[in-house]
Amino acid sequence: MTSTGNYIAAIDQGTTSSRCIIFGADGRIVAVDQQEHRQIFPQPGYVEHDAAEIWTRVQSVVRGALEKAGLTKDDIRAIGITNQRETTVLWDKNTGEPVHNALVWQDTRTEALCRELGRNVGQDRFRRETGLPLASYFAGPKIRWLLDNVEGLRERAEAGDILFGTMDTWVIWNLTGGVDGGKHVTDVTNASRTMLMNLKTLAWDESIAESMGVPMAVLPEIRSSAEVYGEAVGDLAGVPVASALGDQQAALFGQTCFAEGEAKSTYGTGTFLLLNTGEKIVNSYHGLLTTVGYRIGDQAPVYALEGSIAVTGSLVQWLRDQLGIISTAAEIETLANTVEDNGGAYFVPAFSGLFAPYWRSDARGVIAGLTRYVTKGHLARAVLEATAWQTREVVDAMQKDSGVELTALKVDGGMTSNNLLMQNIADVLDAPVERPYVAETTALGAAYAAGLAVGFWNDLDTLRANWHRAAEWTPRMDEATREREYKKWLKAVERTMGWVEEEENN
Amino acid sequence: MPGPIQSLSRAAAIMRLLAGGERRLGLSEVATALDLAKGTAHGILRTLQQEGFVEQDPESGKYQLGAELLRLGQSYLDVHELRARALVWADDLARAAGETVYLGVLHQQGVLIVHHVFRPDDTRQVLEVGSMQPLHSTAIGKVLVAYDPVARGELGDGPYESYTLRTLTGAGELDAECALIRERGWADSVEETWEGVASIAALIQDRRRNPVGAVCINGPVERVCEDGFVKPSLVASVRSAARAISRDLGAGRF
Repeated sequence: MTSTGNYIAAIDQGTTSSRCIIFGADGRIVAVDQQEHRQIFPQPGYVEHDAAEIWTRVQSVVRGALEKAGLTKDDIRAIGITNQRETTVLWDKNTGEPVHNALVWQDTRTEALCRELGRNVGQDRFRRETGLPLASYFAGPKIRWLLDNVEGLRERAEAGDILFGTMDTWVIWNLTGGVDGGKHVTDVTNASRTMLMNLKTLAWDESIAESMGVPMAVLPEIRSSAEVYGEAVGDLAGVPVASALGDQQAALFGQTCFAEGEAKSTYGTGTFLLLNTGEKIVNSYHGLLTTVGYRIGDQAPVYALEGSIAVTGSLVQWLRDQLGIISTAAEIETLANTVEDNGGAYFVPAFSGLFAPYWRSDARGVIAGLTRYVTKGHLARAVLEATAWQTREVVDAMQKDSGVELTALKVDGGMTSNNLLMQNIADVLDAPVERPYVAETTALGAAYAAGLAVGFWNDLDTLRANWHRAAEWTPRMDEATREREYKKWLKAVERTMGWVEEEENN
Repeated sequence: MPGPIQSLSRAAAIMRLLAGGERRLGLSEVATALDLAKGTAHGILRTLQQEGFVEQDPESGKYQLGAELLRLGQSYLDVHELRARALVWADDLARAAGETVYLGVLHQQGVLIVHHVFRPDDTRQVLEVGSMQPLHSTAIGKVLVAYDPVARGELGDGPYESYTLRTLTGAGELDAECALIRERGWADSVEETWEGVASIAALIQDRRRNPVGAVCINGPVERVCEDGFVKPSLVASVRSAARAISRDLGAGRF
């Protein structure tokens, strides 16, 4: 029953692709395989994935990674799962067939439904229990939409023939046998993104499920993030499936942010900051989400505050694709280095409104402070500074909500190769910014959790010892400059608000 | 003086034609437009295609201008692009070697450090991106001098500044060293710039095999050397990192 392998396999089921990464005991990557899947856009605002295709891709990357590493299933001690969060699939438990394409987290078809669910209370109707505002990302309303819109589905669901899952659940169910005894489970982090789980009890909230019109029979069993859910069949037959974590929580775990007050920020097209708040459930009054960070076996759960920034890397892409003033994303730094400062220009990329901590959907992007003096170099600076200031705003909100002072920020993601940006973030936060060796913190987090569950790694301290600083940027900006610049940024932010009139917005 | 070379003139005419209004043209359209025999036009198009100046659409068989023409216009590699492509490999090298890693490019008469990965021991280290290192006395500098004629030109005929007793200060001894570097494919520097510090470097090439930079590890002599020579296992790690980065920049396997 127990396998003796020297490696851990992590399956990272992401929004655009599925990957399998095999890690050694020191946390180093041994092999990676990756396959993209189709993005299906049936109409504006709708984003779907074919869950059956995703499962085929997952099987194929597992095989691919084993092949590249020259390993067999006997070398794999455990499998961990991390996944795009909130994406929702319903399937028939007797045939294993999805009843509809999966509704992806970005899909906004449940916006009207969310408004309706808010009734006279509004967005925060379920916030106290779930930590989340009523927004179209989360899984609960997506389940309701499917039950309402797929012919005959509600009856089948009430008869107990239909199962719900986020991508972790879908992958684990299939991995552990599917129709032939597959385990129907999810972990606390993924469950905390459904709007159906009570953060305190870590159990499904029956009254919310009832208000949302979701039958309890479709919901998976909520388990911890690191325990053996079952054994795999197929290519990895007999290997324990031993962890599940939503992608951002996995990155928090991979960055070994195990202590209260430790935070990580993942810089991609958008940016996600998570702050470990320990065993405390911190309610946010500044537009952040309260979520489960992770739970190891039967230990106490660890909670987190989450702040997301919609436009960071995508602003650089916008400069490349829409304005054409750079030809690769990396060139933004070259261009920004042609000047000493922003020349007085500030760029607030509120392309689809302002997110945390403002949540203003009537805001639109502005470039403020333009004079004849401003060059494209200054604009490039302003673009990078926008990411830094937005980070500062989220960090400030986290400090206000949690009372925890950030001592250092651990960063990962593609934009960490931008030296000027990383320096800028250190400058405006007035705190050191640290980059670890393994860039793949998300997959690493899933591997760590799985390895802990099977005793491949003994404890969190062993994992901490695997974390090494590959680079560190320390603040160089003087206090007066920082304060002056922050004020100007806030002034620019003010100018984005109220751009869209009420009627236009609806 | 000989007259113009006919096939070159024809090739130029084909490229001008493809750059014109229609984005894609078939073989017979090209031949007709330029009044060439089909076989002649085909021969020229095939050659241009091999050089990357022309691309053929696999489905329609039509020709269009190739990506290589764009690259001719922007021949230098953006150093931040280099860093982004090298990130994973440089991290891996630092962990495998247990030493500091630098990525550098030629800048005026020195090596500009464009990327720096800390030694994986979590001691306090300061990011040295943007600093300069000498060309003639560091491994990363010497490998550039050995492979890049521009770097050799920048260095001049010496004598070069002496930092330690081991610094090569004469052009003759440096050129001899460069011949050796080219022969074995890597450079080392043992206490030639800093007492007690040894380094090993290898060249990074782009898809045209042009030298675009170099990667090196730096560490104390006690760890990097054995019996007075740099450790072969570290040399292998540095070379394999340089190959991986070059591959990511489009250079063929070698």
